[in-house]
Parts: sequence; C-alpha cells; structure tokens
Amino acid sequence: MPLLDTAGPIGSAEKSLIFTAIGLMLVVAIPVFVLTAFIAWRYRASNGKATYAPKWSHSWKLECIVWGVPAVIIVILGHLVWTDTHALSPDKRLASSEKPITVDVVSLNWKWLFVYPRDHIATVNRLVLPANVPVDFHITSDTVLSAFFIPRLGSMIYAMPGMQTKLDLVADRTGAFTGRNYQFSGRGYSSMHFGVTVTSPAQYRAWVNKAQASKNVLDAAALRRLEAPSTAAPVVIYSSVEPHIFEHVIDSFTTAKVATPKSHAGSET
Amino acid sequence: MLGKLTLSAVPYTNPIIMGAVGFSVICAAVIVGAITYNRKWDYLWKEWLTSVDHKRIGVMYVILALIMLLRGFSDAIMMRSQQAIAFGPNHGYLPPHHYDQVFSAHGTIMIFFMAMPFMAGLLNLVVPLQIGTRDVAFPFMNAVGLWLTVMAAMLVMVSLGVGEFSKAGWTGYPPLTELKYSPGVGVDYWIWAIQISGIGSLMTGINFLVTILKMRAPGMTLMRMPVFTWTALCTSILIILAFPVLTVTVGLLTLDRYVGTHFFTGGGGGDLMMYTNLFWVWGHPEVYLLVLPAFGVFSEVTATFSSKRLFGYTSMVMATVAITLLSFLVWLHHFFTMGASATVNAAFGISTMVIAVPTGVKIFNWLFTMYRGRVRFTTPILWTLGFIVTFTLGGMTGVVLAVPPADFVLHNSEFLIAHFHNMLIPGVLFGFLAGYTYWFPKAFGFQLDEAWGKRAFWLWLSGFYVAFMPLYVLGFEGMPRRMDHYNNPAWQPWLVIAAFGVVLIAAGIACQIAQLVVSIRDRRSVVDQTGDIWNGRTLEWAVASPPPVYNFARIPVVHDIDAFTDMKERGTAYVRPERYYPIHMPKNSSIPFVMGIFAFAFGFAMIWHIWWLAIVGFLVELGSLIVRASMEDVGYEIPAAEVERIESQRFRKLDGMGVTQRAGRRAAILQPQPGLAD
Repeated sequence: MPLLDTAGPIGSAEKSLIFTAIGLMLVVAIPVFVLTAFIAWRYRASNGKATYAPKWSHSWKLECIVWGVPAVIIVILGHLVWTDTHALSPDKRLASSEKPITVDVVSLNWKWLFVYPRDHIATVNRLVLPANVPVDFHITSDTVLSAFFIPRLGSMIYAMPGMQTKLDLVADRTGAFTGRNYQFSGRGYSSMHFGVTVTSPAQYRAWVNKAQASKNVLDAAALRRLEAPSTAAPVVIYSSVEPHIFEHVIDSFTTAKVATPKSHAGSET
Repeated sequence: MLGKLTLSAVPYTNPIIMGAVGFSVICAAVIVGAITYNRKWDYLWKEWLTSVDHKRIGVMYVILALIMLLRGFSDAIMMRSQQAIAFGPNHGYLPPHHYDQVFSAHGTIMIFFMAMPFMAGLLNLVVPLQIGTRDVAFPFMNAVGLWLTVMAAMLVMVSLGVGEFSKAGWTGYPPLTELKYSPGVGVDYWIWAIQISGIGSLMTGINFLVTILKMRAPGMTLMRMPVFTWTALCTSILIILAFPVLTVTVGLLTLDRYVGTHFFTGGGGGDLMMYTNLFWVWGHPEVYLLVLPAFGVFSEVTATFSSKRLFGYTSMVMATVAITLLSFLVWLHHFFTMGASATVNAAFGISTMVIAVPTGVKIFNWLFTMYRGRVRFTTPILWTLGFIVTFTLGGMTGVVLAVPPADFVLHNSEFLIAHFHNMLIPGVLFGFLAGYTYWFPKAFGFQLDEAWGKRAFWLWLSGFYVAFMPLYVLGFEGMPRRMDHYNNPAWQPWLVIAAFGVVLIAAGIACQIAQLVVSIRDRRSVVDQTGDIWNGRTLEWAVASPPPVYNFARIPVVHDIDAFTDMKERGTAYVRPERYYPIHMPKNSSIPFVMGIFAFAFGFAMIWHIWWLAIVGFLVELGSLIVRASMEDVGYEIPAAEVERIESQRFRKLDGMGVTQRAGRRAAILQPQPGLAD
C-alpha cells in the first residue's frame, strides 16, 4: 500500500500522523462502541431486572466527562495539528546537505509536463529523480484545476491555471513509483498518471546526459501541440527547452486568453 | 424557436441511457394510467397538488425524496459495477462521458433531491405538530418551495433523455465547468436544477425560522422546545445564511457561461479559488443542516423508545447551537491542498476538530438516555443504534482528514469517499429513515411493517460496511475518486467487494419497497387508533393520526419539555374541551403548482437558449406573485360545529378503547418521581 510503504520522510511523517490521530480518537470511539452494546442490551425492555429511572435526565458528573474528555483530546490533537502542519507545509524547504533540484510541473489535458530548467530538458508523463536529493517542485496547470500527487513520497498539491504552487519532496530510497492527477479534470482524467523513477545521483546524472542528447525541441509550437487534448500520451523527452516556458504558461492566463471562450476540441465529442 | 434544442439532443443510440429513459417513462405512464383508471385526478388536484397543508406538503417532499433515492442509488449501482470491472484491458460498460455524468448526477441528486427534500418533508410533517400550532407561518410559500424543488428534480430527470447532465462533478468546480471546457448543456442542467431548488430550500428555511420563533403553543419557551424542533430551528438558520451564498456563486458561474464574464475562468482575471471558497462556505453548513435534523430524530426516537426523558436536554441544545455556529468556520478543510499557508490550514484543521466535541456529547447523551431506560427494539431504534456506532467510526476518519498533513495524502482519494458516505449515510439517511418509520403512523394512521423494516435495516447496515470499508483501504492503496478505468491490479479485489456491498444495500431497498407494499396492504391491522402509537412524549402524539387539517382543535398549553408525557401524567391528555371555536385556515391554491411548472419551463428554456420561453416563464412567475399578493380572500373558516363533529368522532373512538379513562388512571400511577440525578 503506497501510503503505508512510504519512500520519503514527508510521506512517513504523514503516515505516522494518521495513526496518531486514529489512536487518540479510539480513546473516545472504543467507549462508545462498548457502551452502545452494553447499554442497549442491559436496558432492553424485556429485562425487568435493570433499573428503570424514567425521570433521570441529568448528571453533572457525566456532563463534565462527555464535554471534558473529548475537549482534552481535541486540545492534544490541535497542538499536534499546529506543529505538524507547519513542519509539513508543502512549500517548506527540506533540510539536506544536497543542493535541491528544481522541477517545473505543468498539468495538461490529460498529461503531465515536467521541465528541468537547470538542465534544459523536459519530459512528458515521466519523472526521474535522484534519491536523497530534495526536489523543489513548481506546479501550475495549463488547463483546469488538477492535483499533483506521488503517493509514496507524500503531500498532494493543486495545480492551478495562472498560478504557481510549491511542493518540496525527497525520496529516501530508489525505486519505480506512480504519480497522478487527483483532481477530476474531464474525459482523460483516469489515465492521467505518470511513472516516477528514483535512482542514485550518479544514474540520475547519466539519465540527464542521455536526455540532453534527445532531438526533440520544446518551444512554443511544441507546447501548443501538447495543449491539444489527448489521453494516455506516450513518454517524450525533450532536450532543448525554451527558457521560461513554465512562466509563459502561467502568464498566458493573465494576459492573452481574454478572447471569447472557444470550445476546446476534444472536451466535447 | 427551440434555441439549441434539436432532435440530436436525444441520445437514442445509447442503449443504457435509452433503457433508463424507457424505464422512467414506463413508470410515469403506469402512475398516470392508474390515476386515470381510478378517476383520481380530481382528488389528486384538490387534495394534494394544490394543497397548502404542511402535512400534505411534508408527505409529498418525502415521496420526492424516496423516488430520487432510487434514481441516485441506480447511479451508485452503475459506478460500483463499472469500477468493479473496468481494470486493464476491460474498459467496462460506461465510457468516460457517461460515467462522468453518472457520478455528477449521483452527488447532485443525493444532496439536493434526496436529502434536502427528505429533511424538508420531516420538518413540514412534524414541526408544526410538535410546537402545537395549526400551520406554518407561510403556507403558500411552503407550497411554492415544494413545487420548485419537485420541478428542479424533474429537470435533472429530463437531462437523462434530452441532452446530457453535467460531467464535472456535483461540486461544479470551474474552470472545468466554464464554457471553454464544458460547452455542452450538462453544466447548465446542473446550474438551473440547483438554482431553482435552492430558492425552494431558502423558502423552507425562512418559513420554519418564523414558524418556530413566532407560532409556538403557550408555555413552550425556547428551552421547552422538543430537540427535533431545536434542530429544525438551527437548520433554518443555516439555510438562510448558507443558501444565498450558493445562489450567488452559481449565479456568477452562470454569468461566466451566458454573458462571458470572468469570475472563475482560468484567464481574464478569473479566480477558481474564489469559487472553491464560496462553494464550501455553503457546502459545509449544508452538511450540518442535513445532519442536525437527523440528530433531532435520533433524540426523539431514543427518548420515546427508551420510555425515558432525554438525557442532558440543555447539553443537547448547546451542542446543536455550537455545531450551527462552528459549521461556518471550517469550510477550508475541503481544500487543504490548495497551497494556503500552514497557519491558515492549521487554524481550519483545529476548528474542524472542535466540532467533534459537541457531536461527541450528543452521542454520549443518546447513550445515557437509554441508560436506565426500557429500550424497545423497534425499527427506528435500530436505525439509531446503527447510526451511533457507524457515525462514530466516520467521525474518527473525519478527524484524521482534519489533520492537514494527513489530508495531503488522503484528499480526493477513495478514503475521502468512504469518509463522507460514512457520515452522510448513518448521519443523514439513517436518521431520516428512522424519522420516516417513526412518524409514518402519524401521517397515515397506520404503522409500517416491522419485520420488513428490520430486514431493510440489517441489509442496509451490513451493505454499508461491505460497500464502504474497502474504500478506506483503497485510500491507503492510493486510489483517487471518480475513475472510470484503472490499471492497478491491487485495487480490483476491493472494488469487487464494494460492489457486493451495493448488492446488499439494493436488497435493503427492496425490503423497504416490500415494507411499504405490505404495510399498505395490511393497513387495517396496524391502525394507530389513539394517535399515540409509540407512547410518545411530544405534542405531535397528542392529536389523531392522521391529524385533522387544523391539527389542534384547541391549542395546548405546555408545561414541560416532554409536553405530552406531562399531559398524560397529569391526566390532561385526552380531556374533551368544554366548547370549540371556529378555526381559520389557509385556502388551497393552484398558483404554487403553476409556478413550479413555469419554473421548469424557465429552467429548460435557459438551458437550451429558448429565450422567448424563458421570458414567458419568468413573467408568469412574476405575475403569479403579483396576483397572489393582490388576493385578499386566501383563507376560510371551519365552523365550530364542524370542528366539534370531527373531534367528537375521535373522542368516541378513544372512549371506546378506554383511553380517555385510562389516561386518568395512568396519571394516578405515574406520579412524578424524585429525580435520580447524580
């Protein structure tokens, strides 16, 4: 199970938080389960031996317990929420001796574009990352609201048109994982997933070098082709990537696209 | 002439859709045929369609809710069966454009056209009786609200065969719902259905707020109101505060789609985050305005069937009010993953958890109500017990989701689906079904069959666990919601189990239909002679079942929270008054029904851009209101002699059963006992 078999510290911390919350809640839930069964059976109408007190309807002692105990649990949980929400904030820089790499993520109909700005390479539906190196994701959408999530690494975040969200993740082991869109975005949503390969830093370097040898060019024309809706798009690797393509995608929503809305080919058949 | 509407809007090539359309049409034809054959049109028109009687309106709301429950559940069957098979090379039988309509319709129908009408129906049926009044404050507006809701539901039904329904989910998040990405009429069906029903809901809210605040029987102070009435009051407040937000938000989206504004578009300065915030500013209070009346039902049911006072009345009221206020402070937990700062997320996470405290208090208070009681295991109490256990589990997973970093990995997954069904099925549906069984004899004068009711309960309960526990597991397996197809082999076994759960629930629903049929068939053997079939505690049980049109011949005077128990104990429950007075009641009116029809025409015309019809529809609505406002003779008087005739009939029956005398005796036996507090 990806959420239990975590491959990074963020995911692990989130997993343990889930179990802490469940554990604390059981303090209330177990008494409810036991009391329900006990009281319903003990005070069944056919049991003449049980006490019957039709007017009994108030007890300060019980009132204090039923308000007090849940309140105490919520105070504990609330404290946990405050500290851990700050500690695990998606945009928080991860402490590491390694220099983080940056990946720009663009959600398209219905595929993912990953741009590695420092190495001038880009991929469609494929993410390769070095282990134990923090990755600084900058995320946007060139279409509708989407959500970027790699379950085994932890922390989902929305991809929104004209806006940028940030997410810092690190993988602490190598392996092949799956990431995908977690926000329904239309016809091709179900197939909007991508492979994630986490390798050693050396293998990662080798992959980057190989990618840079690709003949595919990601310029404005290539981006327009990617914007055309398609499902189950094949993996593509681009070597020469136009600079600031990520920023252009974001800016395109605040400047050019004011014209009358036109039907997106393919979103309606 | 017909705007965008052409014959090609009918998807006659799709056998599944056409099958559904055919089935709906056949059902409608059978009903119409039966009415015609039995020459019941006149009766239907005079007694029901034009009725402004809150009890009749309540019954019609519940009928709508039950029909739409079947429709929404059919969608659930389709989703679960599609997901059970659509793995790998098998793409199932629903292509994305159909599957996406199915889940969008399921959510829209279950919230707006099942839960809301069910709630409005129970409020209508019970609240005026519980507070000892003869009608609601605005009987005409009440009927308008009903017909707007019914016709909005019909819009959703029509979308099945004419055009399509929304493919963008019941929450309608832009920019997916903007014209650029959803150019079809589906989103417009969604928009006008919720706009028209939303106005109906707002009318219900206003009506019950005023009714409860202004029309209670003498002696019924706020802190002597039955808990169900308290929850109805809080729900009315929530409706009045929340529904205008939905109306405006969807209205802005409508402007985006119809006149090219950019409130929520991707470009042009639009802000999808604004929509998400506004939608949930309505959306979260919406959940509580559905849950609270169900809590009210559980309070009534637990006290009645434990033959004991409700434990911690003041606590219950405080918890209800606390939930009402807090429900407006938690909306952001629906989108922790939008990238808000840690401080904002943490604040909303904590506010969400705080709601768990008053909710927990209620759970314990129901348990302490049964404690030292005499619990009769009728169907309503079974629904209540099933609710307590199941809802507690859902509350647990809700607290997990309220922890923002936990939500970061569980958001939009099947875990979330499991969680909110784990709240809404026990917390809303079980409550309403308990209320339906509990008050059915009040509405119709005979009881629902207990054996079929219990079978339905056990199938529903076990079906719920089989259908939704696997979804929690799938959340940990990383499965997102709303998938029409997947490639992960680990998911399929769980989805097959979940589909089996749906089969169990379907059997439960079949039992409920059987229950209704059997009960109507045997109606003479389970008659509620006294009007107090369960040994009830509140005023609705003080009148006959079904109650006369005026409810109370003489308005009762209230001395206690359990007003009717108190009357029975003091021997004033079945005392024939010395004399009767004429009673003034509102006249039936055909205007609300006409307004409903033209609201439908208006909505349909807006969807298909048939502008002339939209104008006609709008003008008829406006004209109807003006005509109604100018009418002076909207009531009639029931003469005192007629009231006496109806009441004497009841007292003769009560005398024959010895109830009137017994009431006196019981008062002697059940002397108020000293409290056993602490």
